[in-house]
Amino acid sequence: MTERKIRVLIAKPGLDGHDRGAKVVARALRDAGMEVIYTGIRQTPEMIVEAALQEDVDVVGLSILSGAHMALCPRVIELLRSQGMDDVVVLVGGIIPDEDVEPLKQLGVKGVFGPGTSTGEIVEFIRQQVAG
Amino acid sequence: MERTADALLSALLAGNRRALARVISLVEDDAAEAPALLSALYAHTGRAHVIGITGAPGTGKSTLVNALARAYRAQGHTVGVIAVDPTSPFSGGALLGDRVRMRDLAGDPGIFIRSMATRGSLGGLARATADVISVLDAAGFARILVETVGVGQAEVDIASAAHTTVVVEAPGLGDEVQAIKAGVLEIADIFAVNKADREGADRTVLALQMMQGLAPATTGHHRAAGPPTPHARPQPGPQEDGSWLPPIQKTIALHGDGVDALREWIERHAAYLTATGGWARREATRAAAEIERILRDRLWEALLAGLPADCFAQTVAAVVRRETDPYTAATRLLTYAP
Amino acid sequence: MYDQSKIRLIRAAVEQWESTDVRRSRSRLPERRSAFTTISGAPVNRLYTPADVADLDYGRDLGLPGCYPFTRGLHPTGYRGKLWTMRMFAGFGTAEETNARFKYLLSQGQTGLSIAFDMPTLYGYDTDAPQAMGEFGKCGVAVSSLADMEVLLDGLPLDRVTTSMTINGPAATIWAMYIAAAEKRGIPRQALGGTIQNDILKEFIAQKEFLFPPRPSLRLVVDTIEFGTREMPRWNTISISGYHIREAGATAGQELAFTLANGFAYVEAALARGLGIDEFAPRLSFFFNVHNEFFEEIAKFRAARRIWARTMREKYGARDPRSWMLRTHAQTSGVSLTAQQPEVNIVRVALQALAAVLGGAQSLHTNSMDEALALPSEKAVTIALRTQQVIAEETGVANTLDPLGGSFYVEALTDRLEREAEEYFRRIEALGGVIPAIEAGFQQREIAEAAFRYQHEIDTGERTVVGVNAYVADEPLTIPLLEMDPHGYERQVARLRRVRAERDNAAVQAALRRLLDAAQDSHTNLMYPILEAVNAYATLGEITGVLRQVFGEYQEPVFF
Repeated sequence: MTERKIRVLIAKPGLDGHDRGAKVVARALRDAGMEVIYTGIRQTPEMIVEAALQEDVDVVGLSILSGAHMALCPRVIELLRSQGMDDVVVLVGGIIPDEDVEPLKQLGVKGVFGPGTSTGEIVEFIRQQVAG
Repeated sequence: MERTADALLSALLAGNRRALARVISLVEDDAAEAPALLSALYAHTGRAHVIGITGAPGTGKSTLVNALARAYRAQGHTVGVIAVDPTSPFSGGALLGDRVRMRDLAGDPGIFIRSMATRGSLGGLARATADVISVLDAAGFARILVETVGVGQAEVDIASAAHTTVVVEAPGLGDEVQAIKAGVLEIADIFAVNKADREGADRTVLALQMMQGLAPATTGHHRAAGPPTPHARPQPGPQEDGSWLPPIQKTIALHGDGVDALREWIERHAAYLTATGGWARREATRAAAEIERILRDRLWEALLAGLPADCFAQTVAAVVRRETDPYTAATRLLTYAP
Repeated sequence: MYDQSKIRLIRAAVEQWESTDVRRSRSRLPERRSAFTTISGAPVNRLYTPADVADLDYGRDLGLPGCYPFTRGLHPTGYRGKLWTMRMFAGFGTAEETNARFKYLLSQGQTGLSIAFDMPTLYGYDTDAPQAMGEFGKCGVAVSSLADMEVLLDGLPLDRVTTSMTINGPAATIWAMYIAAAEKRGIPRQALGGTIQNDILKEFIAQKEFLFPPRPSLRLVVDTIEFGTREMPRWNTISISGYHIREAGATAGQELAFTLANGFAYVEAALARGLGIDEFAPRLSFFFNVHNEFFEEIAKFRAARRIWARTMREKYGARDPRSWMLRTHAQTSGVSLTAQQPEVNIVRVALQALAAVLGGAQSLHTNSMDEALALPSEKAVTIALRTQQVIAEETGVANTLDPLGGSFYVEALTDRLEREAEEYFRRIEALGGVIPAIEAGFQQREIAEAAFRYQHEIDTGERTVVGVNAYVADEPLTIPLLEMDPHGYERQVARLRRVRAERDNAAVQAALRRLLDAAQDSHTNLMYPILEAVNAYATLGEITGVLRQVFGEYQEPVFF
């Protein structure tokens, strides 16, 4: 039985093209031993969920700096649910105003990581979420 | 979503893509249910045409896979894609970025793309790739494109896993033609010279042709073209003597140029294999390689399990101290074989 | 400039000093680090002396302000003659809201306009396009047609104030809307002053707001440069940008090198079009980041001016001194600001702005303290503007030219950055030029590597960010954030629908057909058919749609 790898999808939904953070996180997760599928920019929620399904990922990480998170995140979560993928851990990173954090968590987002988050925090969080 | 192996199996065979993805994961992870699943699935395999796409980094393999998949879809075939990327030897993790170049295929229910990390395997394919190919085959995909890492011995691995192997070259990447690497010339069924709009494309084609001319006539199914003179040069493809002369197809994957022609060559190769019994021979080679691999794994595991605790480590230490040698040590260890 | 025998004496003295005074001091009190580096990873010595700039030649390397090679400044009187333009980047929600913000900023003393567009607009989509879902007005103002532009510019003194527009893929179309709106008010295009960013190469490298593949994108840029050169003498046809390259993670040296390399690529493209260098070069402008590492940033501006001047004169043969002058806007770094303890950002921005002024920027945007949280609130943007005003009026730094010129450290840094840039130019050349390098992912990989290194330094604590990995305080956020009109989206879409219904649709279709034909003919300058379509109230989405049809959409390969 080979060691179980954590598979993570890092996606940039919507039009926002600022991918510095997404790429840094992807590399950090790789360095932490995870298998990271990076979708690139300009992904629709449909494309993200399709990729998450085919790649059978444990975690979907959405990177959004454009302010469109309250439209895009619910759509991703809704599509994941419709595919029976409720057990996939959804994380959001980027520019998320404090007041939107709780609503996102209510929707089912497990973690919101704003500017200043260390990559170590994200790695630890994922490990705990996937193990638990 | 039911997780029991039987439920997953039926769902997969019924076309459920989530079940397909889950089964692939179980197989990849070498889960306890995997051998039983693979056993049950095997009867449903054998219909897919498996096409390996290999070549050095920077040749545009992913873009070519994307374009080929679209070309197959246009013909009405369903396509499974396996994109393999290397696992980091330091961290055990991997960055799987090939999907990025396959954006065109998004939303098409006739396509399934799976990214795999090599997970320590050195051959350019993951250890589980052959099994994942079987899973996609059983799921009914008519064409399965397997994109390898493209370094090391990848080429040899893919040749035993695929019916048709396409070696991708591109001009201007430094050392003129990767085919110089031992073995590549022999396993290529088709050469694709991608990025053919770049400076040096014709030189690359010529270099490949010359290499085909210089190669000694093999007893295998690939035959040498002889000295490349304009008049005597034979047409690529099936030859009168039953061998196959690999064609050299120029492509510009980004624009789709030459991709349909490439697809046609791949189909022609499949037809050739069927007509000459080559298909059956390849199936036999694949089956033999798989059985051997499984046997080796199992025999090894059984042997290890039969050793007393620490026995292996102690044997290694003894060899290092030059108290014994590896051959004598192995003979001794075999005495523990069940 | 320096007597070589004195240099030898200084070197010897420094060595002596290091082995005695410094050593004694360090044994009593070790230095805070074993090695000091700039944020870009360059080593920082304990001390700089004339020995570190021994080969400096005042005439050749520094010159006088307003004279080649312009290291010390572009104008003989510098800020004593005219302060930099205080140009605050602004835009959000509907054209009405942004118009009000512009009027507010002008009333508070800003001296130039700068328009931020929302994501759909930046990508050439109308507000109601499906791809625009959730993105309306979030990071800038929505402009889908000439009607929106007219509302946006309503009551603004376009004949007296210059306007910068941060728009790239759809730059030609948005510019056409600006021109059309002004002309409808009776202001002729030749009288208009401003800048369009229009720098598509840096989109491929950093910001990723490209639309079409590189070659047709470049054709469009050259079309706009050509149009501006012929028709709009007061307009900067391009703002060759390093800001975004830096924000994506580049070091100062990479920012400098990749930006200038892009600039030279545009020069070559315009020359290939047949334009005379002195015709178009005077209206090329630049846009640099100004980050935390104070002296490195000042040196970067000086190095930029010197490299541009030397290359334009020596390599491209420009004769008009205005072609040698690198005029630049600057913006303080967004990515350096924190969400934690946001008021501290006011301090960061002040120091960065000071560096931009000491570096000699022609115009400046200072970020607001809430940069990492939301678009600027009125209070936050006012403080940011006041920051510039305090520097201008109260510090005295604007009263003499290039005050840090001659500093051994700053001159050494200027030299080092110039050398670093030249090394990058060689590497890009070896790859076949800027576009082949971009296609091979060269710049993108350098940037991703630098970004990863930087994050690693922060994660390990090697680099301190106050409030984030040191001096952390667990306080809840107390600053008020910008609130936008919750009905903005409906109002915008309503206007868009009205425009579509009330315009002469036959004329629009005809104009779009002419645009399609023109796009397929590489010899036609697209600004003219775009202007025609814009005047007929064709929407941004319709015009961009035609171009997408002809040029295709670019899918970038990803480089880590």
